[in-house]
Amino acid sequence: MATLQSLDIKRRSATTETPPNVRSSIEVAKLIDVSKCIGCKACQAACYEWNDLHEEVGINVGLYENPHDLTDKTWTLMRFTEFDNKGNLEWLIRKDGCMHCEDPGCLKACPAPGAIVQYQNGIVDFISENCIGCGYCVKGCPFNIPRISKADNKAYKCTLCSDRISVGQAPACAKACPTQAIYFGTKEEMKVHAEGRIADLKERGYQNAGLYDPPGVGGTHVMYVLHHNDQPQLYSGLPKEPKISPLVQFWKGGFKDVALFGFGLTALLGFFHYVTKGPNEVERKDEEAARRLSGDR
Amino acid sequence: MTNGWNDIKNADVITIMGGNAAEAHPCGFKWVTEAKAHNKAKLIVVDPRFTRSAAVSDLYCPIRQGSDIAWLGGLINYILEKDKTQKEYVALYTNAAFIVKAGYSFKDGLFTGYDEQRRDYNRAEWDYVLDEQGMAKVDPTLTDPRCVYQLMKQHYARYTVDMVSRITGSPKDKMVQAWEMIASTGTPDRSHTSMYALGWTQHAKGSQNIRAMAMVQLLLGNIGIPGGGMNALRGHSNIQGLTDLGLMSNLIPGYLTLANDREPDYATYMRTRQFKPIRPNQTSFWQNYSKFFVSFQKSMFGAAATKYNDWAYDYLPKLDVTYDVLRAFELMHQGKINGYFCQGFNPLLSFPNKKKLTEALTKLKWLVVMDPLKTETAAFWENHGEHNDVDPTKIQTEVFMLPTSCFAEEDGSLTNSSRWIQWHWKAAEPPGEAKTDIDIMASLYRRMKAMYAKDGGAFPNPILSLTWPYIDPEKPLAEELAKEINGKVLEDVPDAADPTRIVLRAGQQMPAFALLRDDGKTAAGCWIYTGVFTDAGNMMARRDTTDPANRGVFPNWAFSWPANRRVLYNRASADKDGKPWSHRKRLVEWNGRSWGGFDVPDFGVAVNPTAGTMPFIMNPEGVARLFTRGMMRDGPFPEHYEPFESPVVNPLAPKIVGNPVARVFKGDMEVFGKASDFPLAATTYRLVEHFHFWSKHVPVNAVLQPELFVEISEELAKEKNISRGDWVRVRSNRGAIKAKAVVTKRIKPLMCDGKPVHIVGIPLHWGFTGATKKGFGANTLTPYVGDANIETPEYKAFLVDIERISPPVA
Repeated sequence: MATLQSLDIKRRSATTETPPNVRSSIEVAKLIDVSKCIGCKACQAACYEWNDLHEEVGINVGLYENPHDLTDKTWTLMRFTEFDNKGNLEWLIRKDGCMHCEDPGCLKACPAPGAIVQYQNGIVDFISENCIGCGYCVKGCPFNIPRISKADNKAYKCTLCSDRISVGQAPACAKACPTQAIYFGTKEEMKVHAEGRIADLKERGYQNAGLYDPPGVGGTHVMYVLHHNDQPQLYSGLPKEPKISPLVQFWKGGFKDVALFGFGLTALLGFFHYVTKGPNEVERKDEEAARRLSGDR
Repeated sequence: MTNGWNDIKNADVITIMGGNAAEAHPCGFKWVTEAKAHNKAKLIVVDPRFTRSAAVSDLYCPIRQGSDIAWLGGLINYILEKDKTQKEYVALYTNAAFIVKAGYSFKDGLFTGYDEQRRDYNRAEWDYVLDEQGMAKVDPTLTDPRCVYQLMKQHYARYTVDMVSRITGSPKDKMVQAWEMIASTGTPDRSHTSMYALGWTQHAKGSQNIRAMAMVQLLLGNIGIPGGGMNALRGHSNIQGLTDLGLMSNLIPGYLTLANDREPDYATYMRTRQFKPIRPNQTSFWQNYSKFFVSFQKSMFGAAATKYNDWAYDYLPKLDVTYDVLRAFELMHQGKINGYFCQGFNPLLSFPNKKKLTEALTKLKWLVVMDPLKTETAAFWENHGEHNDVDPTKIQTEVFMLPTSCFAEEDGSLTNSSRWIQWHWKAAEPPGEAKTDIDIMASLYRRMKAMYAKDGGAFPNPILSLTWPYIDPEKPLAEELAKEINGKVLEDVPDAADPTRIVLRAGQQMPAFALLRDDGKTAAGCWIYTGVFTDAGNMMARRDTTDPANRGVFPNWAFSWPANRRVLYNRASADKDGKPWSHRKRLVEWNGRSWGGFDVPDFGVAVNPTAGTMPFIMNPEGVARLFTRGMMRDGPFPEHYEPFESPVVNPLAPKIVGNPVARVFKGDMEVFGKASDFPLAATTYRLVEHFHFWSKHVPVNAVLQPELFVEISEELAKEKNISRGDWVRVRSNRGAIKAKAVVTKRIKPLMCDGKPVHIVGIPLHWGFTGATKKGFGANTLTPYVGDANIETPEYKAFLVDIERISPPVA
């Protein structure tokens, strides 16, 4: 899905290569105003259409979600929760998909060089030809987003329409949304827009309305306006304080140094061993022992 | 819509009742979110289900389906009791002050003049007292006990909070809160808009549902002002256009009516249509009826329509009864209709009682289906297992499938709910052998004409004399038809004052309907569309987005009938002196010499307010009707009647079943279900993921909502031992369907007349063709009865039972 060039890349997975950082792009963000969303699934349809994804026709399992989860072909999914708020029913409808974290757990977990990149504008993109299908990105994601395709064993997720954005277009979902529940622009603009929406919601009695831009992952480039920002879990399990799994943190953080130290130490000890003991040579008694063991007397 | 989609942004309070705009009209719904975001508007949703519209509402009030008139009657009572009306508006602009004949009364759920045998009223007494000059008597103080205001007050006094809650099952607190919010717009600076759709029309008293809210809007002064109005959200992209051009079997274009067989000549026909004013100085615009009718006849028959043959009046059919769709299929079922042209719709899934429909289609000799898709109707003779369990060897109907182009494959216009007629351009060639509907119809006409010319026939004149002035008679262009509908000048029309001056020149496109004539010098296919294609060009193709004063008027975007007017009755946005009721709701006003403003005034531009001419210029009264005289078959005031299949007995009139004047055919009454056998209240509806029965052919839509389901409350699920995703069978007295169960908190049992009423929701999108899983049509279950006035079938309220079943064997 690489639609931008290397100059636009801020970070690459599993590599020490430093991007040139000669371009400074404005950080973008998609703002999903859950309070304006009518759950029409136009965004989901637009995602299939723009990305030419052919999801299978499923079955109904007694829910409005179709398909029933994100898949390698369903990169965004409307999730519905019925919430009884002290006798007043609320139907909380959330568009689920990649949050494009500033500090992306998937990228950190990825062992394949350049399979996951983050662009200067903040978009986290999967570069399929570099993907080895190990599934570490799935484990690394605090939002449980990437899915591995059974067809080609590669990971897929929302690209934030990096191809559209690179030519100055809004993402397909934002373009299709009939109620402007999906806004797209610079991250700063989106924060300002969200303030106005939150003030409106507070006026309508949602005292805990707020912007979901979780600091645990350095903020995200997909943000939500929530009526109940104090309880994001209400919205089909949106995590309250998402963090990159400590395992990934350890694996790619502290443990990486320990591992590198281990590699280095082994090499160093080997070298000293060579210098002090010289090469390992086969002596006569060894050959005899071997002959004995093989029964060749 | 009296107003338009964009105008919703001007509303302060929005009620979605009898519709579900977020699901059925998601794009138009954006104007609700605009009103909320920029006008601090409050959204009220009243519905048996907590819908996707309710999900973004400020207040949701549940209601039992089919009890809307009770709820609205309660609101009328609340407004009158709490004195929340916009008083000057009500006194001046409605018929509140009109004195009603002494013979009119209401008792035990029935108005004066009921004839049980005929299931009809004698409506002679439902009228005003007229003086010797034929003028209606009024009491401006509204205190006369026989004035409309007092009769209305008396009529709705029965609709107390307790009574309404007992009928509707609406919780009293939510209901009163909603009433209070709506009634808050009875001030000049606030407005309330009503957004409704088939949730109101698809009842045996559908027209009266709408009337009831129209009364509320009049009492609050919300008609004719920005952000107000009665706004019908039309269910197809061009159904408004189809209605305007005479879709109804008793109409001809522009809401002129076909003659009936008691009107043998033109003079008799005109006698009941050209209403004279019944109040001094009123416009009574239908006085111009003959101008529209004669211009229509000239458009149809050209030189063959002359004043010597009463403008070819004899060429038009005369109705003995109305041939609505229910009657058509009833006659087909009786074997009296044996050929059927089905153009662009899918009756096997759209009309009630699928079993009866299949039997009716089986009795046809031939069926022609014109459609871009292979519809269920075209395939009615195919066996699709339990989803269409017929024996093809027993069906002799010959079916012709004529593939047509879809909207993107042809030029033409679409008229939206806002009455905007918007031109669209062909984007692609139709696939395969598909042809436009126009080409198919033109070819059919040409062949029929040739046969009539050769063989004669009983009455060849109308067919042979039809004007057909197209460059290629086999392929009339959409633009040619649009020009014809707009109308043109046939002979020079000189100025009345100065005969040397020519006002209209022969050959010119008609610039406006006000200039149409009944002397044969003008032609217009549909008078309300005059102005769409003038000598200035195709006005429907205009795409100017300027909007002076940011009122959502957009005067130079396409063309809005009538006369490019965006808000109907907009004269009522100003007081009797022509000053706007409030600066906030300014639309048109009198500037001392003429009427003007942001919209095209719905009024004579030079009529000085001192003349006392009232805003509702179509009515002979000049004012809007709270009391409809004898114009509605089922009563001058809306009255609550239960659906024909109801879980409760009508608490207001226990002896009356259904709407007492709704037409029911023999055999259909017998298969109405009883609450003792079918205790659950069912309703049918659309989902946002699909558009009727078309989008199930589109893979993406099929993915989004793949399989038929029904929705029930957690309480009913528990009672019936049904879990989420289980297979269930839903039965009515006419058939049964199988579906998956969606168990939801969004449906709750309602306490009606002291007992809980459970609701079963049934989406209607599935059939046996397309990309989705096969499913049953919701119309397998629905009753065969329509609205008493316009015969829209009662799909929204009927009785069923439900049970869990084992999954079908794959």
